[in-house]
Amino acid sequence: MTDFRHQQTAHCESGAVASLLRHSGLDLSEPMVFGLSSALTFAYIPLIRVGGMPMLAYRMPPGRIIRGLSRRIGASFDFQRFRTPEAGLAALDGHLADDRPVGLQASVYWLPYFPENMRFHFNAHNLVAYGREQDDYLISDPTFEEPVRADAEGLQRARFVKGMLAPKGLLYYPTRLPDSVDYDCAIPAAIRSTVNMMLRTPLPIIGVKGIRHVARRIGRFSPANEHFNRLFIGHMVRMQEEIGTGGAGFRFLFASFLQESATLIDKPRLARCADQVTDAGDEWRRFALYCAKMLKGRMTLDYQKLADQLMKVAAMEEAAYRQLMTGLPE
Amino acid sequence: MRDRDVPQDRARSLGGQRKRLYARDESGRYTTVLSSGWEAEEVVLGQAVDEFRRQAAEARQRVKQGLSSPLEYHMYARRMDLTVLAQASGLFRWQVRRHLKPSVFRRLPTTKLTRYQQALQLGHDELTCLPPDHEPSHD
Repeated sequence: MTDFRHQQTAHCESGAVASLLRHSGLDLSEPMVFGLSSALTFAYIPLIRVGGMPMLAYRMPPGRIIRGLSRRIGASFDFQRFRTPEAGLAALDGHLADDRPVGLQASVYWLPYFPENMRFHFNAHNLVAYGREQDDYLISDPTFEEPVRADAEGLQRARFVKGMLAPKGLLYYPTRLPDSVDYDCAIPAAIRSTVNMMLRTPLPIIGVKGIRHVARRIGRFSPANEHFNRLFIGHMVRMQEEIGTGGAGFRFLFASFLQESATLIDKPRLARCADQVTDAGDEWRRFALYCAKMLKGRMTLDYQKLADQLMKVAAMEEAAYRQLMTGLPE
Repeated sequence: MRDRDVPQDRARSLGGQRKRLYARDESGRYTTVLSSGWEAEEVVLGQAVDEFRRQAAEARQRVKQGLSSPLEYHMYARRMDLTVLAQASGLFRWQVRRHLKPSVFRRLPTTKLTRYQQALQLGHDELTCLPPDHEPSHD
């Protein structure tokens, strides 16, 4: 049986990647994995509906962290998807028999060890399988405190669910790792990519512009659609806080990355930017608190107040990214 | 967020689990803190779960009145909607919508029923009728 060290992280994909890399001898913190893959974003995509609500994302789509990080640091991962569940099961057992822990993509809803209220049809959860005991797979799920177990049937169902972001049994593991990471080059490149995304994407629904777009949308909410409006702001807060974001829609995770980077490549200005991002994150939390209070009726339902709060967040984030842009040497 | 300000609201939905949040310590350095949940989060999570419960309860009424097929109830009880169920069963949305009619659902061929059984993880008899009233949902 593989000796695999479980580590709980905030976010599933960055956590699964970090723990697979550490197992292979490359120790990167979760914020470093998240930051280097330039995974932070804000996107409001009304054309794609999730449970009847427009898609809202605080980070890049699933898969971006592994691919983004690999490109940035010169690592390679092997990805395998399967046409039939049987093939996927055989491949997983083969890897485990070779003592090779593998990352898996699976549906949150069908994973047997998830608490009842946390189960939703989200198909891009990430976890690491590191062993098998009879009918049970030994799982290191990055969002859980302790290692867990899943029976073969339940795990199969979760890996081969159909629908949006269908995992098709996806499993992955690192095949080539760099001897060392060139932080002086990788960190500025990663930050530049995030800043460009947040400030320069030529679409009104991405980045800082996206935050303002949503703010305006909420400000214009008609009291006649109260049911939908309440679901919308609830949905937004869920995306921001509940889905393993480490708090404030990944903003704290990103700030932690900036802080770590400041020391690593000796750029104290990055630490000040980390403070700015943290402050923006605190305002995101305040936004979530207002939403919850309004939903509970402990505060009057005031769409303009929510819109103003989001505008404030947008301004703070914009200032932070501008600072980051000037803080980096070309 | 300061580490001492990380909410510890003992959220029921986490089922005793704690989650890791990023916060700063006294000197401003980032660290991770285990949180037993945040009330704000619990509110929005409860809202989402309640919405499915409400839809399932309404569907149950419609099924009893003969206005809808049991499929609609099971769809919401599994926290799905038309889109998710269509994708999970590999059918078109219009087909699923059609199968919500009791008269159409009653005459569904076994091949279609099997698809729903797999997507919803229900047996044939469970799929074609409502569960007893005292169970709010079967998941």
